[in-house]
Amino acid sequence: MQLNIQKTKNSFKKKLLGLQLKDGLLFKTLIYALLIGIGFVYVYPILYMVSISLQDLSDLLSPSVLYIPSKLYLENIWTSFQVLKYLETLFSSLTVTLIPALLQTMVASLIGYGFAKFEFPLKRVIFGIVILTYIIPPQLIMIPRFVLFNDLNLIGSIWAIILPASLGQGLYSAVFILIFYQFYKMIPKALEEAAQIDGASPLYIYFKIAIPLSIPSFITSFLFSFVWYWNETYTSSLMLNNVVETLQLRLLTFVSSYQDLFPGDAALINEGVRMAATLLIILPMLIVYLFIQKLFIQGIDQSGLAGGEQ
Amino acid sequence: MNHKKRQILYGYGFIGIWLIGFILLTLIPLIRSITFSLSDVSITGNEGIVTYPVGFDNFINILTTDVTFIDNILMFLSEMILYVPVILILSMMIAIMLNQKIKFRALFRGIFFLPVIIVSGPVINELLNQGAGSVPLIEQYGMLETIGEILPSFLAQPLQSLLSEMIMVLWFSGVQIVLFLAGLQKMSAEVYEAAQIDGASPWETFWKITLPSLRNIMVVAAIYTVVMLSTFSNNTVLGLIRQMMFASNGGYGYASAMSWLYFILIGILLMIVVLIIAPKENVKRIKGGKKHATQHSKNKKLL
Repeated sequence: MQLNIQKTKNSFKKKLLGLQLKDGLLFKTLIYALLIGIGFVYVYPILYMVSISLQDLSDLLSPSVLYIPSKLYLENIWTSFQVLKYLETLFSSLTVTLIPALLQTMVASLIGYGFAKFEFPLKRVIFGIVILTYIIPPQLIMIPRFVLFNDLNLIGSIWAIILPASLGQGLYSAVFILIFYQFYKMIPKALEEAAQIDGASPLYIYFKIAIPLSIPSFITSFLFSFVWYWNETYTSSLMLNNVVETLQLRLLTFVSSYQDLFPGDAALINEGVRMAATLLIILPMLIVYLFIQKLFIQGIDQSGLAGGEQ
Repeated sequence: MNHKKRQILYGYGFIGIWLIGFILLTLIPLIRSITFSLSDVSITGNEGIVTYPVGFDNFINILTTDVTFIDNILMFLSEMILYVPVILILSMMIAIMLNQKIKFRALFRGIFFLPVIIVSGPVINELLNQGAGSVPLIEQYGMLETIGEILPSFLAQPLQSLLSEMIMVLWFSGVQIVLFLAGLQKMSAEVYEAAQIDGASPWETFWKITLPSLRNIMVVAAIYTVVMLSTFSNNTVLGLIRQMMFASNGGYGYASAMSWLYFILIGILLMIVVLIIAPKENVKRIKGGKKHATQHSKNKKLL
């Protein structure tokens, strides 16, 4: 009898603490609790945004309503939809992000392939410079570029963004060149040699063999280019100079646009409207992420940036 | 010879577009930026941009008289000293937790990566303005005030800003978490088994195996963190540079000089970070560890 109790006690202890601490119930609970806690803090701002943007003025002021609105109130969203000129701005946002992202990806693939597959003088030095461009901060070359583009009459047009992107000098281009370089390095030489013996030119090999193989790198680079261009405002606000407006830039000037649209109503701009506007800005990305979340994370895994060997 | 020539031709053919872009849009602007920083730049209607060399006057002026810039730089520095280690440690801890045998790993990972997709200057701005950038509990229990009372101000101030802008730390760790997690998952289970057999505690395993083999990734993550924080659109120093470009008491020359000072500072910061984290002799150690591990598994088979 006593032996039995001892036994259950032991097995209970084993379950709770585990053999190696790491497989015990206590440890697991702690891990889950921490992960859920941290996860909550991560999504809290988004939940807050949703909750506040659905509250009307009386809910916002009422101390009894903290997070859950008393009724479904969509007026804030509609107001900020109008102030942001949402559909129109969304369209121009997409143009100034999708086109540079696509061009940047294609060019990075070309450049990465060049570094990965050919031997030429100064290759290592040039590749080193490519990597170094990652840490050259944008504000350093922003002023001379602004002057240059101003001379070329490109300020305020999408070309001020497209041109750097299509010459491999876009937003974090170095990262994408590196991603493609790492990938093309991994393609076995035998594959190309076989094609070469069949009389294929390097261009043919690049287009017909390398590109189809590197579709995952294309997806990763395109997605991250897209996201980074979408969220970048420092350089783009200078280059686009309020002529081409993106959603992010309109959020920066939201208060004054609101006052333009609803003159005299200025006092009425409340956190509900502002949070609704912020929500509308991140909404397209949230939707994209919801559907292809895995692609983003796989992208980093496969990019080789976290390569174990090195 | 023919083959070699072809290699050179095609090599430069493929990277040519980068070379052209680099020279036109990065190298020449960099050189021009140096000239600007050493000049008084004025914009005239008919002649365009006129530069008048003034030597190091811009730099001297900034360093001796520009209180706002110095203040902002110091703020930025103290934030970096606090943020970079916190981001690195936090993202490594989260990655280690995610690497345990848990359910819903993909879901958690998805949540922690989410901010990377939506974080932008204006969005963060709005969130901080509305006070949604902090952890609710911290605000409710008046932790910020308590910290201000207990600690001396040079410690309390950055810590307070850290806590009230917790979102800046968490939302900027997404990429690092995924990097660390990828690194952890690439590590062989053998090494851990061997350590376990040798009677190493999880604590020891972490310090002796996990941490040393994550060093390379930590360097990548640290560089990423510094570059990202220093170029984020909300950065006050960046804002100041931008403002000075068109200010009457500034101009392109003055703003360029500011950019260079800022860049030099970030360069030094990056060097320090890499020097602290970069592996020194751990390559040997890992190799030794692997041998050790294979020996152990052999022994296991023999037994």
